[in-house]
Amino acid sequence: MFHRESGYFKTTYAADGGLYPLPIAKWTIGVLLAGFILLPTISTAVSGAVSAEYYVSVVNLILIAVVGALGLNILVGYTGQISIGHAAFMSVGAYTAANLAVKLGLPFWVTLPAGGLMAAFIGAIVGIPSLRIKGLYLAIATLAAQLIIEWVINHTPAISGGSQASIEVPRPTVFGYPLKTQRELYYFLLFFAVLAIVGTLNLVRSRIGRAFVAIRDQDIAAEIIGIDIFRYKLTAFAISSFYAGVTGVLYTYYLGIANYENFLITTSIDYLAMIIIGGLGSVLGSILGAIFVTLLPIVIRVFMESFGTLLFTASELNNVIPATRLGLFGLLIIVFLVVEPEGLNRLWRNIRNYFRVWPFSY
Amino acid sequence: MEWDFTLLLIGNGVLIGLMYSLIALGFVVVYKATDAINFAQGEFVMLAALMSAAVTVLMELPFWVGVLVAIVGMISFSFGLERVVLRPLLGRPIVAVIMATIGLAAILRGLGPLFFGAETRSLTLPVGDEPIILGPFILQPVQVTGAAVALLFLGGFTWFFLKSRMGVAMRAVADNQQVAMAMGINVERYFALAWAMAGIVSALGGVVWGAMLGVDVHVSLVGLKVFPVVILGGLDSIIGAVVGGLIVGIVENLAAGYLDPLVGGGTKDFAPYVLMIIALMIRPYGIFGKRKIERV
Repeated sequence: MFHRESGYFKTTYAADGGLYPLPIAKWTIGVLLAGFILLPTISTAVSGAVSAEYYVSVVNLILIAVVGALGLNILVGYTGQISIGHAAFMSVGAYTAANLAVKLGLPFWVTLPAGGLMAAFIGAIVGIPSLRIKGLYLAIATLAAQLIIEWVINHTPAISGGSQASIEVPRPTVFGYPLKTQRELYYFLLFFAVLAIVGTLNLVRSRIGRAFVAIRDQDIAAEIIGIDIFRYKLTAFAISSFYAGVTGVLYTYYLGIANYENFLITTSIDYLAMIIIGGLGSVLGSILGAIFVTLLPIVIRVFMESFGTLLFTASELNNVIPATRLGLFGLLIIVFLVVEPEGLNRLWRNIRNYFRVWPFSY
Repeated sequence: MEWDFTLLLIGNGVLIGLMYSLIALGFVVVYKATDAINFAQGEFVMLAALMSAAVTVLMELPFWVGVLVAIVGMISFSFGLERVVLRPLLGRPIVAVIMATIGLAAILRGLGPLFFGAETRSLTLPVGDEPIILGPFILQPVQVTGAAVALLFLGGFTWFFLKSRMGVAMRAVADNQQVAMAMGINVERYFALAWAMAGIVSALGGVVWGAMLGVDVHVSLVGLKVFPVVILGGLDSIIGAVVGGLIVGIVENLAAGYLDPLVGGGTKDFAPYVLMIIALMIRPYGIFGKRKIERV
């Protein structure tokens, strides 16, 4: 609403596919980035150091979820292959990194890509059936992968590191400086979230990204126009699982512990919900969905703790909160699917289109 | 002696397998007629079990009232579900339908305990609990009842689809909705009928599984076994559901009997999935499934 889109003429394909559609986009990105960099400082100034630490930790969770949601959206939203086993790839990344960090004492800049690559490798193997099967069959095959990977990790002490199937990892160190507080972790995670966003934006407007979209829309037709389906489907699985693996590693560093219970099938469903609610096949949608789904349980908890006592006793409340969260979560998925299939991304576009020529009618 | 143990495992596997088929039947009927995928089948079973337990345990009404309430409740529930949730999703990508039923599963798992209480309730079938010993087999009456109900329904459904006028019409709907419509079949009515049938099957499945496991949220985990069953058998085949159920039942019992001591437990839940993956590699459309030909 502060700028007009007329007067910019794109005369080359390169300009048309550019990362910044309009010159003002650079400014928007710059302002957003500055805002994100200053966020911990601002929140400390506004709400004091202790609660700022909590708020920043919530933002950290969102940043981690953004990476995972982007990865899943590459697979489901752009390539049209379903995965209900995405959390399993995260656990592969998490345990790979945790084992490398603890047993070999490697720093994060080795364990993080290693976790991602391991997840990509496993993901590509899981993706092999996608060459013959699709739709529901693929969904169930990935569900099987989730259960099998979960079981293997849980029953192999060499991977899971003992009875609780959890490994404590040291804090990541940057240039010999360990990241202890949430504020320090924030910049660490922000870096990777931005990297993931830029990477995805560039991926989907490249040759690979266009091949993905062609496979999604009609894979037989894509094969006929010369896209190697075998290669691109496996690439999609590998890239998506790489993101998932990195998400797992980041989450492990965030918690300080690798535990398979953080990567159960419910987590897979959470991530699917993010991209459905946010919008399939959209980078902005993945981000909005990640924010929404991460904040939902927190908001419900705060709301129920302040108002729930009017209806329930304190002991009942402990059962009611998770039940409400689960129920509301399911309801939101269905409402979005039925009412706004293109998700929050579409809502945002509608708002923006309304203000595009505001206050004039056209 | 060793063979006796194997036979015992197989015998129990057959009974459990038939009980799986009963639940898988609900999935297959819906998929066959409406192309909708029900990831909430396990939660349907849980809901039915909760309903019948609420009637028989909380209100202390006789057992058959509980079964009746579960059947009526599940029919109306699945009826409403088709109307409100699944009809708007017709023609949308498959991930949308899958996610909608996953969302539904979350709602049921969240709200079920909220209304019916979170504690485990026991639901007793009026068949006694003295195990029946037949040669090497030791059979639990609950499982025998479950298997009998499953066989009854499988027979009934086979007859329905092969011989009855409505069954033939439903097969026509499954085959091609547009042509069926052109031939004067009320497609929407058959969609509703398919969901009602799934409701009945889930209700009975809920009663027998609830009686076997005890009624709480965990009954819904049975739903996870439905997928290997339907993939092995083929998604749109009733005979396939039976065969798949038997395979899964026998395999998981053998795995629990022979592999668990070697690797330390839990193979029961994942052996059917390994088998399923192998089946997907060799015959992607199941043993009895229809191979789809795709065109651009």
